[in-house]
Amino acid sequence: MRNLVFTVTATAVALLGGIASAQTDITVAIQLEPPNLDPTGGAAQAIDSVLYSNVFEGLTRFEGDGAVVPGLAKSWDISSDGTVYTFNLNSGVMFHDGTSMDAEDVKFSLDRARSEDSTNAQKGLFSGITDVSVVNSRTVKVTLDQPNGSFLFNMAWGDAVIVAPESIENIASNPIGTGAFTFSDWVQGDRLELVRNDSYWGTAAVLESATFRFISDPTAAFAAVMAEDVDVFVGFPAPENLPQFEADARFQVLVGNTEGETILSTNNKMPPFDNLLVRKAVAHAIDRQAIIDGAMFGYGTPIGTHFAPHNPDYVDLLGNSSYDPAKAKALLVEAGFPDGFSTTLKLPPPSYARRGGEIIASQLRQVGINAEISNLEWSQWIEEVFKAKDFGLSIVSHTEPMDIGIYANPEYYFQYDNPVFQALMIELNATADPVGRSALLAKAQKIISEDYVNGYLFELAVATVAKAGVRGLWVNQPTAAVDLTVVSWAD
Amino acid sequence: MKRGLIIGSFLSLVFMGLACISFLWVPYDIETLEIANKLKKPNFNHWLGTDHFGRDIFSMIMMGARTSIAVALLAVGIGVAIGVPLGLFSAARRGSFIDEIIMRGNDLIFAFPSLVIAILITAVFGASAVNAIVAIGIFNIPVFARLTRAAALPLWERDFVLSARVCGKSEARISIEHIFPNITNLMIVQGTIQFSLGILAEASLSYIGLGAQPPTASWGRMLADAQTLVSIAPHVALVPGLAILLMVLGLNLMGDGLRDLFDPRIKVERT
Repeated sequence: MRNLVFTVTATAVALLGGIASAQTDITVAIQLEPPNLDPTGGAAQAIDSVLYSNVFEGLTRFEGDGAVVPGLAKSWDISSDGTVYTFNLNSGVMFHDGTSMDAEDVKFSLDRARSEDSTNAQKGLFSGITDVSVVNSRTVKVTLDQPNGSFLFNMAWGDAVIVAPESIENIASNPIGTGAFTFSDWVQGDRLELVRNDSYWGTAAVLESATFRFISDPTAAFAAVMAEDVDVFVGFPAPENLPQFEADARFQVLVGNTEGETILSTNNKMPPFDNLLVRKAVAHAIDRQAIIDGAMFGYGTPIGTHFAPHNPDYVDLLGNSSYDPAKAKALLVEAGFPDGFSTTLKLPPPSYARRGGEIIASQLRQVGINAEISNLEWSQWIEEVFKAKDFGLSIVSHTEPMDIGIYANPEYYFQYDNPVFQALMIELNATADPVGRSALLAKAQKIISEDYVNGYLFELAVATVAKAGVRGLWVNQPTAAVDLTVVSWAD
Repeated sequence: MKRGLIIGSFLSLVFMGLACISFLWVPYDIETLEIANKLKKPNFNHWLGTDHFGRDIFSMIMMGARTSIAVALLAVGIGVAIGVPLGLFSAARRGSFIDEIIMRGNDLIFAFPSLVIAILITAVFGASAVNAIVAIGIFNIPVFARLTRAAALPLWERDFVLSARVCGKSEARISIEHIFPNITNLMIVQGTIQFSLGILAEASLSYIGLGAQPPTASWGRMLADAQTLVSIAPHVALVPGLAILLMVLGLNLMGDGLRDLFDPRIKVERT
């Protein structure tokens, strides 16, 4: 039967002969498969990669260059004291199950995210909200406990998307949003399919359907792109292969920024890393450029603090931790470790960690620190490092945008506990004035850089490899997302 | 037939020689990375080129040979040390309940796909060279136990064993003094074959990241690291691949040659 259909189609195509029409479907590969499909309940980046903007939308949203633009809210008014945001919602917005999206849904989504028993991975985004009230079906008023300069930014996160009470129960397996694509099918371990939402409230997508595939193995990724099994690979895992794609006319390679600060995570509570001098010694023992060249084949920007270098508020603090093994050795002597010490270096699967880990271990050995490498799968890493905090050193890329606030949480896995920094973050959240915020952010970057909380390595670059005819892809990754709403094929 | 033995012994000895020399001298320190020098083609300074961290591949092969041989040798050692006494004991108590238990226990281990269990062991107890040795070693036990028992059984019916018994020697003494010396040839042949399988198993485990951990060099991991580089620097993958191939080929040829040499029946046929 299928053969018959195929033959008929093929004949029809042959008869039409030469009338070329642009392709209307696309196959996109990303590295990791989402564990579930609830962006408001899971921490995994892969959930947002698949669903952000495609299926779910928030009041505001990120554009490819990182700008925050209106989303479901077409406009908003901010009270003069900066604590009351009145959002005017777009009209005619429907959820994919046919129910309408109105102020009640916004109230439901925000209240759900900030409630006591919320499982939202970024609850901090909502912590300043004291009240959400429905003015009328198109207007919703959000009251904050104090002015928050990044509130509109916060509302653009994938964790702050608007969901409906009618469909919330099965959101993890059947996500119902308002986006330009509807969720169609998820064959776990294989693919996830989206189809165009023809009753979309905004500008409809060009593509009729999209398939996501999940390929984490670098060799398999290379083979899949080369064989043209996938049209686009967002976050291509093997930087060493990029020059080959660049040289091949069938493909285009887009290398952009991410919000991924790749750091040598250091357990600040575990001796000897509770000693500032030891952390400083580690920082001076590391040659960032060697790591970028060796692990990332040159793709990546060195960072001296936990902040994205393409952000206008970034302060260049690379000088605090310049590569100087002699100084590192002297600092170790000063700290009371003339013969060095041994520690663990637990590495998750991505190549920046595995390869970077070998390089860092070798660099640390030069100053007498013996870092014993153990390679972990992601689930083991989450258990041992992130939850149980049983590690000395680790390497991981923190891909959330503007996440310097994690240093204010002493329970966070690297366990940095500094009241001065915590007070600074509270002050930052209360400041709406851009100049004041810049100054505070600069101060925050300096504190963590001078406290050598972690080893700051480089800002992760993201490589997207696509067929030459694909248009409209994001080059940068201001948030984990594969926004397909404006993607099309060149004729 | 002799030719196989010579070629096999030569290949095996070359790698064992490299491993031994590595204790005294390697061309370059493989724990020092020279990123600027990465992926160099074979040249006068680096005979087999450099890898993606700028390490000298020839030095890595030498150090990797040491790891492979040490793991495989110790794994065979575990098999011999436990398997042979078990087999001798079973043969001495042939037909008894305890013999039955030992042999069925061996069958049980034998029935599991060895590499899968090795993966399980290293995944549960952590990936390290020691765990790889244990995991591979466990599967050598039934091989040696069965072989020993099978070879020992007919010996127990022989006259020289009978006379030993008449002299009042215990079963244990007979096993050690009369049975064991008569099966050592067989053990050497089997040991060589298990040794080559051990090299392969070590390479497989470290290929999937469950063998010796960095910075310890390992052929399997060299191969895994080189995987995405095949299209830009083929030698990085080719060299460890060839090393594994030649070493295993050498041991197999040597094992076959030794068997022919030791087996009196084949000798008779040839003359």
